Amino acid sequence: MPARIVILGGGVGGTLAANLLTKELGRDAKVTIVDPTGMHVYQPGYLYVALGQANGQWLSRDERTLLRRDVDLVVDAAERVDTDAGIVHLRAGGSLPYDHLVVATGSRVVPEQVPGLVEGSYHFYTLEGAIRLREALRQFRGGRIHIGIAGIPYKCPPAPIEFTFMVEEYLRKRGIRDRSEITLLSPLNRAFTIESASKLVTPILEQRGVKIETFFNVESVDPSSGTVTSLEGQKLESDLLVLVPPHRGSAVVEASGLGDAGGWVPTDRMTLQREGFENVFAIGDATNLPISKSGSTAHFEAPVVVSRIASLIKGTAPKANYGGRVMCFLETGNRKSTVLRFDYENPPTPPKPSTFWHIGKWMFNRIYWVTLPQGRIPEMPGDKRRAG
Amino acid sequence: MSAVAKTLDVKGLNCPLPIVKTAQAIKELAAGDLLEILATDPGAVPDFNAWTKSTGNELVEQSEEAGVYRFVVKKKG
Ligand SMILES: Cc1cc2nc3c(=O)[nH]c(=O)nc-3n(C[C@H](O)[C@H](O)[C@H](O)COP(=O)(O)OP(=O)(O)OC[C@H]3O[C@@H](n4cnc5c(N)ncnc54)[C@H](O)[C@@H]3O)c2cc1C
Repeated sequence: MPARIVILGGGVGGTLAANLLTKELGRDAKVTIVDPTGMHVYQPGYLYVALGQANGQWLSRDERTLLRRDVDLVVDAAERVDTDAGIVHLRAGGSLPYDHLVVATGSRVVPEQVPGLVEGSYHFYTLEGAIRLREALRQFRGGRIHIGIAGIPYKCPPAPIEFTFMVEEYLRKRGIRDRSEITLLSPLNRAFTIESASKLVTPILEQRGVKIETFFNVESVDPSSGTVTSLEGQKLESDLLVLVPPHRGSAVVEASGLGDAGGWVPTDRMTLQREGFENVFAIGDATNLPISKSGSTAHFEAPVVVSRIASLIKGTAPKANYGGRVMCFLETGNRKSTVLRFDYENPPTPPKPSTFWHIGKWMFNRIYWVTLPQGRIPEMPGDKRRAG
Repeated sequence: MSAVAKTLDVKGLNCPLPIVKTAQAIKELAAGDLLEILATDPGAVPDFNAWTKSTGNELVEQSEEAGVYRFVVKKKG
């Protein structure tokens, strides 16, 4: 009988893992992927939606069209996993028994956890959020914009800085830059957590006239006065507040007792196994790993999980380990971009922002839809040296 | 030296979480209380020095033993 592999979540990690597993195991496995929407969303596109450069349609595809034919897609939500029995219970009432489970349920935003955030601020972390922000930007005629983070961890750590550069350019193009003040709120004493990236972007932020408010950890928002207060006790008045909401793991992780206090799955940093389980794995945003929650992380983790499950099924010695590899583009506006590539051992040494990497990001936006169904991982120039 | 009012264990967490958790924890304390923080991220050393300077809380002790950094911060009065 083929081994039954169930994957929860049809995002970046789940889709790639499903395609790679069927490719690797053929008739030795039956791969089933569960996702409540049946649609696959390219989330980096939310940034473009917020700035009026793309519509929502460009970002989503029917998940079925991205999966190899031999993968089963169940359009339903996993409600609870019974790890003792090896069964996934679905919301509509059905259940799926498994021999191996991959948790790839990503993260969700929980703006309601910060007082005033829902009514008093905007964000670009969901499609609805991005559309709401786009409308607010269209109405904007000048004033004070504050951009910050209202909870950690959050996905795609460079996104708030990218948004800052992109909104600065947007206001310039609309001819209202001189009537606007842009401030980046940082939880630390620098623009970005990663030192090398911070050193690179700080002079560019200065050049563009963006102010940085340091050690500003958002505590609450007062929607009536448009003020944001920090844990450090500072209060700022704003005309347009853009704050990344806090994130949590998926509800199914918590309902199944598979998560920590934040709903993240405690995961072995090398084997990607759920701690204490041989046959339960986690990838992508769902893990508790102290590494960027990004699509590239899920990309690089998927082959490790696939190889490990294949070893378990074939009874061979497991070899593949995840080395913490991440790759994130960082748009700096004016058609320039840099790229952050790092892993557990090596911090990033980002190149000077250039048009080359800007085009690289655009190419990635396109080839994403081609590489995902094929279960291929796009390699970028200069990646080979630290492959594996 | 007065006793530590609260210990915050942020071992294994990477920046900026140690600072964020400290900012949250210190809100719960009274002026003059001591908060002890245990961290493993080497980046915490410059971050705590800068954070205390910027917020006016006082960094009264810092040490390192076997890869664990210990900070004691006195909440500003
Ligand atoms: C504005 C923005 C910009 C970004 N930019 C970049 C970038 O430039 N580069 C980059 O690498 N990353 C970027 N990211 C991050 C990237 O999109 C995510 O990190 C990535 O999608 C994570 O992949 P994942 O497979 O873990 O989760 P996801 O892709 O989020 O997929 C999770 C899936 O699980 C499903 N699910 C949830 N609960 C259940 C359940 N109970 N049962 C079944 N299924 C469930 C969801 O429907 C979803 O389809 C960005 C994100 C945002 C928001």
